Amino acid sequence: MASPVQATVEEFIKALRASEVRVSPAEAIDAHRALMEIGYADRGLVKDALCITLAKTEEEVFRFEECFDAFFSRDSFREAKPPPAGQSGGETAGGEASDLPLAQMLLSGDTIALNQAMEAAARRARASDVRLNTQRNLLSRRMLDEMGLRELEELIQRLREMGMPRDAALADRLAERREALFEESARFVDRQMQLYARETGRRMRETLLGQAKLTGIEPEDMRQMEALVKRMAKRLASRYARKRHRADRGKLDVRKTIRRSMPYGGVPFDIVWKSQTIEKPKIVAICDVSRSVAAAAQFMLLFLYSLNEVIEKLEAFAFSDRLIRVGDILEAEELDSAIASIIKKIGMRPTDYGRALMDFSELHRDALDRHTTVIVLGDGRSNYANPRLDIMREISHRARAVIWLNPEPETYWGQGDSRMDQYKRFCHVAKVCNTLNQLERIIEDVLRTYMPH
Amino acid sequence: MAESPLASVEAIIAGLAGVGYIASRRIATALFMAQHLSKPVLVEGVAGVGKTELAIATATLLDLPLIRMQCYEGLDESKALYEWKYGKQLLYTQILKDRMGEALEGAHTMEAAMDRLHGMGDMFFSEGFLEPRPLLKALRSEAGAVLLIDEIDKSDEAFEAFLLEILSAFQVSIPEIGTIKAKIPPLVFLTSNNVRDLGDALKRRCLHLHIPLPDAHLEEKIVATRVPGVEARLTRELVAFVQSLRDIELRKVPSISETVDWARALVLLHAEALSADLVRETLNVLLKYEQDIVAIEPKLNELLGRASGAAGGE
Repeated sequence: MASPVQATVEEFIKALRASEVRVSPAEAIDAHRALMEIGYADRGLVKDALCITLAKTEEEVFRFEECFDAFFSRDSFREAKPPPAGQSGGETAGGEASDLPLAQMLLSGDTIALNQAMEAAARRARASDVRLNTQRNLLSRRMLDEMGLRELEELIQRLREMGMPRDAALADRLAERREALFEESARFVDRQMQLYARETGRRMRETLLGQAKLTGIEPEDMRQMEALVKRMAKRLASRYARKRHRADRGKLDVRKTIRRSMPYGGVPFDIVWKSQTIEKPKIVAICDVSRSVAAAAQFMLLFLYSLNEVIEKLEAFAFSDRLIRVGDILEAEELDSAIASIIKKIGMRPTDYGRALMDFSELHRDALDRHTTVIVLGDGRSNYANPRLDIMREISHRARAVIWLNPEPETYWGQGDSRMDQYKRFCHVAKVCNTLNQLERIIEDVLRTYMPH
Repeated sequence: MAESPLASVEAIIAGLAGVGYIASRRIATALFMAQHLSKPVLVEGVAGVGKTELAIATATLLDLPLIRMQCYEGLDESKALYEWKYGKQLLYTQILKDRMGEALEGAHTMEAAMDRLHGMGDMFFSEGFLEPRPLLKALRSEAGAVLLIDEIDKSDEAFEAFLLEILSAFQVSIPEIGTIKAKIPPLVFLTSNNVRDLGDALKRRCLHLHIPLPDAHLEEKIVATRVPGVEARLTRELVAFVQSLRDIELRKVPSISETVDWARALVLLHAEALSADLVRETLNVLLKYEQDIVAIEPKLNELLGRASGAAGGE
């Protein structure tokens, strides 16, 4: 197969990977095979074929189309002003300029040739490896060198030294074109950055966000945070969804045993024991949205919202001085309005943990059983009201596990109006959680430990 | 085969249109690829955009049997691939027992009897006692087949893993017999509504086709093909109306199948143009949730005005 096309497809796949479309080698091979079937003549067909072989989810299809359009629409060189008719004859015929391909391309305004030269130079300068903003200038310089910039400069220099007015004019024109070339190469590098480095930048931001204190998340980061949390919740949920079978030795499954004995003329060689499908665990999430955790509440609700989207049996509650069910709000409304209406309904008031626990006990105590895991998100600051540890004890008894995630550092627990040190005794896990990474780690641990195996 | 209906993308579009399925270029390309690369196609899209229809139309176009397997939680290989015919096997052992004395007559030592027993050949696990289920049927089909694995996302992960061998090599291993390989690889469609994320291994083995909701032009064509007797102006109007519904945040936006149903309903009612009353009475064909209907009713006149404007503007 002709290799330039193949190389282009390879480059494109690289760009795809950078914009977060996962492409395995097997899929890359499929793409090549597909192109061999259909040829390269029809752009629409090529796009469809590549899309079908490479993009494997709805979002990936979307990203694919973006990437394809960006990659294959490299806008060509801006038309250089065509050289005035009178001069052109003399120049192309005359002198040293014609020895240098770059100079000739610039003078004749041959944009196609310039484009090709730049692509080739980019490949030699390994432009698709560019990742960081700081590499820009270096790369653009390297590309120009590859194209023959140094020789061009020398040529201009020499023309100037000749002292003839015609040569000087030619030197001026070359210098002018050279400026245009600089601009072009800068734009080219920008595009490369867009194609290949987008992901690196985004990933860096995600890493930072993962470590950022939840209490201090900027509103403009909320969107990205949302995506992060959603992805995390989805991962957790898919692990949940797996049904768990357990062989329960001691009970004979008569039907299956007889069935299996058929091939042996009714002699039960294979004995089948009853296996039990364990019920999917239920999760109860209680979220503090009071004034003292105002900054973190937004995030906690976000987490709750995502969890609600992916876990079937999630009971969600929110409280400050009173506690309410928020399941229907999470169910019915979009993220932003759901958070807003929960905070409006119940949030931003002084906390009363005792009161809230009483409400909870009234609403939901009977539904707590040994399949239930209770997750509390809150700071445990109860404004010196009765913390109602007795209710907490009862919840702890009835539920399979109680997990308390507190945005405050552990040294603050029990300080001032915090009753966290007391509540902690009734929790199976009580952990500080004020970055996304912490949250993820804790939830992972919890699933491993407190969910039935 | 003379000129295969899958010879080119254009031929596919024309062929599918001939059997009542209006395909976009991407759909046709996917089908073309599936045929020429011998790979299954994973079709995704919201309910009612014609994922299953595509497989049915393809089977009709190619004049091949459509073998359909509906996935659900708990589906396993004995329901999807093969099962032994236990009853017949039982009878076979009975017969064998009766004939045993005859067969072993004259063999005086145990060893001689065993020798003879080995010589009789093992019928017990043979293809004759195999009860083929959809997957095996598709592999053994003489002329090839169209295999539709519907709603793969509803099956268990274990089942998904089990499918991998079939999807990549078009063969299955039956422990008692060996490997059964397809004579002609079937054309496989898998559909998914994204109830859960499918595994990467499965996705990698498939071509991926996402069918979006159609634009107005395509949808008009679909309605015109699927609903005979609907007038052009009404088609434009009702499609414009449905398209405007899709821009509104609804719990379940109407997809193609709802549009088609609605068009059929309107034809039955001898409607010539949309009126507010008519739409209000038939809205439940389009919208499947009470909340959605309640949300749309107050905006009806405005939406209708816009729809008839769009239809008249043509």
